[in-house]
Amino acid sequence: MSAAEKISVLNPMGFAPKVVQKDLAPRLDTLDGKTVYLVDCRFDDSDLFLRQMQAWFAEHMPAVRTVFKPISSVYLNDDPATWEEIKARGHAAIVGVGH
Amino acid sequence: MTIEAKYGVPTVAIHTDKFDRVVRSVASVNGMAGLRQVFVPQPVMGKSARELRAYVDGKDPLTGRPVMQEVIEGLTAPPSGEGGDRIEYDRSTPRLVEPDTEESLHRLFMENRWTDYLPIVLPTEERVAAMLAATRRKPDEIVGRMRPTHFREAWQYTVEKVAVNAVMAGARPEYFPVILALAATGVSARGSTTSSMAAMAVVNGPIRLEIKMNAGTGALAPYNHANATIGRAYGLLSQNLQGGSVPGLTYMGSQGNNYAYNSITFPENEERSPWEPFHVQHGFRPSDSTVSVFSGCRGTAYTLGIREKHWREHVRNMLRGMDPHVPPVFVLDPITARQFIDRGGFTKKDALIDWIYENAQMPAGEYWDYQLVQNYIYPRATFGEEPWASKLKVAPDQMIQVFKRDDIHVVVVGGETNGYWRIMGATYAKTVSVDDWR
Repeated sequence: MSAAEKISVLNPMGFAPKVVQKDLAPRLDTLDGKTVYLVDCRFDDSDLFLRQMQAWFAEHMPAVRTVFKPISSVYLNDDPATWEEIKARGHAAIVGVGH
Repeated sequence: MTIEAKYGVPTVAIHTDKFDRVVRSVASVNGMAGLRQVFVPQPVMGKSARELRAYVDGKDPLTGRPVMQEVIEGLTAPPSGEGGDRIEYDRSTPRLVEPDTEESLHRLFMENRWTDYLPIVLPTEERVAAMLAATRRKPDEIVGRMRPTHFREAWQYTVEKVAVNAVMAGARPEYFPVILALAATGVSARGSTTSSMAAMAVVNGPIRLEIKMNAGTGALAPYNHANATIGRAYGLLSQNLQGGSVPGLTYMGSQGNNYAYNSITFPENEERSPWEPFHVQHGFRPSDSTVSVFSGCRGTAYTLGIREKHWREHVRNMLRGMDPHVPPVFVLDPITARQFIDRGGFTKKDALIDWIYENAQMPAGEYWDYQLVQNYIYPRATFGEEPWASKLKVAPDQMIQVFKRDDIHVVVVGGETNGYWRIMGATYAKTVSVDDWR
């Protein structure tokens, strides 16, 4: 085989799943009078960070009710009980800190 | 993403800026490219309340806009007009690469990050066919699915795709059933975690001898073709079949890990071990051939021998040096295995594991303060999961067992040139039959 000869080889990559488009939830007109859940991922001091964000809302947007909510387990697990609570009692969520 | 898409709650996700590419990519491949994401500086961990308040009051380091303005807009501004949220690009994988010269193809494979930056063997049709001839399985048979992290989508792969990566690694066809079994575990050797973990693979049974693996002198080192190339194949197939392992995108290991070049692949030295083989402990017969995979390999402690007077203290010291989040795997030279019997009377592996479980202790207060324990165990303890929930109730100065008994393992390997041995911090995942893939 000469150095200039073209050869055929196989692609080593696996097969990606199909991407299914998902819509975002409708946004709120205003946060005033609404309940915003601050969802703590319980990872690398994320609770301390979200407490500071909660304090920011109290100082700058007191019409917003905030609820500090740690997830029920580690971030690797789904937490339907927490998501149901937020849907039932809240209007929006801020989730952090992913990393 | 779940709260937003499944429960219909407008959501903003907060991340640190180092994760910009990875979190946007994860959102895209989950069909949510328009997900509202706001960034703060890295790290959050270890910062004071005052410093974190400065993050909140400050600006998103990627956009330069105030963090709280982005948060509020993320919850209130309609999502229309975001051009990035229509993901319809082609994600199919062609069987063949466009024909080219060998030199160009080597460059292409490297530029596409399909290699580990060591020279590869190009996977020609002829070489792949020779690899496929070593199994009765059909080329288009699905072997499994794999992904670099919990958050990413799992990619699927066939017998032929595994063969392509086995060829690239320089493996011989007779090794292919072991490599297929590794692929069938679905456990990635290229996991994306900031902790830079690597995998470990332990081969048991007759296949070790059939393909001339080395369980003796230098077994964990680059001195045997089968050990070297099977381990390398495990890494290459993981990164390529799961959809990549690219720093900043699909690999976030902060320091990286040299163990990943070969995924610590070795056979157990069953012939010189005084105990039953690892696979027999896990329900297989001695005549079965298997491969067992572990993940989370980062930390290692070592010493020489088991001293008569203070061996217990020495082993306890080694255990205390390991991060308590990852359980210990004792990797013992046969000399040391026999010394554990002579000194401690551990005529069964299980007896040694019992001793390790009882003696791996630390004060509860110290245990709960470890960052990884805080991240991964404390949350589960607070919601009643045992055995951690009970440990959470004890006084901070009370000694507690650090590991779960069933997470502790012992493997024997080495050539008896001396009694050196080590503890690998590693999490056992599963044992898979190699015979099923012959």
